[in-house]
Amino acid sequence: MANLEKTASEQNSNISTKKQRSLWQEAWRRFKKNKLAMAGMGFIMFLIVIAIGTIIVDLVTNKSFYDAYVIKLDLRNRLEPPSSAHIFGLDEFGRDMFLRMIWAIRYSLFMGTIAIVISTIVGGVLGAVAGFYGKLTDNVIMRFMDILLAIPSMLLAIAIVAAMGTSITNVLIAIAISYVPTFARTVRASVLTIKDQEFIEAARAVGASDTRIIFKYIIPNSLAPIIVQATLGVAGAILSIAGLSFLGLGIQPPTPEWGAMLSNARTYIRDAWHITVIPGMGIMLTILAINVVGDGLRDALDPRLKS
Amino acid sequence: MTDAKNEILRVEGLKKYFGSSGAVLHAVDDVNFSINEGATLGVVGESGCGKSTMGRTILRLHEPTEGKVFFKGENIVDYDKKQMKALRKEMQIIFQDPFASLNPRMSISETIIEPLIIQGVYDKKDKAGLQKRVRELMDLVGLAERLINTYPHELDGGRRQRIGIARALALNPKFIVCDEPVSALDVSIQAQILNLMQDLQDELGLTYMFITHDLSVVKHFANDIAVMYLGQLVEKAPAELLFKNPLHPYTKALLSAIPVPDPDYKMERILLQGEITSPINPEPGCRFAKRCPLATAECSGQDLVLREVEPEHFVTCRLVQ
Repeated sequence: MANLEKTASEQNSNISTKKQRSLWQEAWRRFKKNKLAMAGMGFIMFLIVIAIGTIIVDLVTNKSFYDAYVIKLDLRNRLEPPSSAHIFGLDEFGRDMFLRMIWAIRYSLFMGTIAIVISTIVGGVLGAVAGFYGKLTDNVIMRFMDILLAIPSMLLAIAIVAAMGTSITNVLIAIAISYVPTFARTVRASVLTIKDQEFIEAARAVGASDTRIIFKYIIPNSLAPIIVQATLGVAGAILSIAGLSFLGLGIQPPTPEWGAMLSNARTYIRDAWHITVIPGMGIMLTILAINVVGDGLRDALDPRLKS
Repeated sequence: MTDAKNEILRVEGLKKYFGSSGAVLHAVDDVNFSINEGATLGVVGESGCGKSTMGRTILRLHEPTEGKVFFKGENIVDYDKKQMKALRKEMQIIFQDPFASLNPRMSISETIIEPLIIQGVYDKKDKAGLQKRVRELMDLVGLAERLINTYPHELDGGRRQRIGIARALALNPKFIVCDEPVSALDVSIQAQILNLMQDLQDELGLTYMFITHDLSVVKHFANDIAVMYLGQLVEKAPAELLFKNPLHPYTKALLSAIPVPDPDYKMERILLQGEITSPINPEPGCRFAKRCPLATAECSGQDLVLREVEPEHFVTCRLVQ
């Protein structure tokens, strides 16, 4: 009876059983093939290693290195162009640009990431609840999100920081809140498409509980767009932090931050190109790298594109 | 109706309405029938007549609005969550679209294991036992063992449908609702899957409720055929009898539409005129009356019930004596 139905190709095949490989491993295998995305990932890793290095230096020297070199003023040599002693030159107060650049990574990269992690979790939960339970719950949550969406996210962040005062925590909260509606929308949309699929009904037919359906069926199937959205969101958040700092609402001097550096340097753009170009390049390359990784992830996480 | 002794499922006055105030869609409206153990009831009807909704309501994937469903003599509409979960071992469903009915994030083995774990047939940690059962089931439905770790998107429609069947069989059910299991497949694969289902029925003693819009599929497959029109059964008879002597005008029209593979054969098609009655807040009376070539004024106004006009042959039409 069993061999009755097997097609010829299956009977004659001597292909061995495929190894058990999870879809995440498959995705990683596909991601590795994408050279551009791997390069972007390499660059981000590089930045992370440097940022952690600077944090360790701060901890070990108890900020004495930071005080002695990173924020040390040397007004006599201000705006000095790149040289062998200072490879990125000196800024408008004679501070070493190279040290300031690498000390600033943590704010841009880590704050951007933390802000997005917060908004992904908050927005994800709100969107999933709205999508899964529908009706009144959906309406209440999503209309509130619509109100937030109606205000341009940068303006919203500025308003929040202006109201609560400028501090690193407030900037983080402001950025996180302004990204919540985007994630809520994304998650709700994917939950809506998934929850009416037949495989959810099949799961109900074998007696699966709501919790099991949410965690084993809905979340794994909606994770891919969320991961992509989050990766791209980090790039946006870095820009927002830089933007807030540029406007003077973000990280306060003398703490180095790319956006703030760019903002302070713009007065001197005719006299010293390096102090604007270098932080600008830093922001641009980081965002490019993150976007490339995001695109790579989008391709890698879609099993239908598999080659 | 039928011998109550080996009756496995009986449906009494089953109703499923959608929507509440104002516009109420009568998807399933007062349906009565029974199925004997080991038999196959074919349910035929056009798209949107409520066949699938009826199948799902019987399994309580939709909550019935009214009516009773007796499974092995017990009214399962009264069952609570816990009893229902236990009952799911006995009643399963095979879906129409094998592309939508499998979780794309689960491999074949994970998909088949899922019901076994949910119902606690095997312990999660009993890897060897689970693997053995998966291989058994894959062998039973004719899936090569090497496919065990593949994902649905790597397989064709026929193989996916076999996974769906294996999942339904995993819990050793007695009764399976087959919701158009072959209509999404190529004709060549349809035959394979139908043969497989027939073999499985013989081997495991399954009872099927086979929902389809394709009369030729049920002709050789079903013992009894029920014809459904806008949420109601209009005719029910043993398969042979229904094909030989259709009584309801709708059944006659349906049968006349079956293509005959003979170019010289002149088909005498009964073409239905008129508009389909809306299933939203329908008026009492025969729902087919608007399209029926024989309808008179008396056909409207009063709801009709299935009458036995000859042994085993039930029909609603009041014009049939």
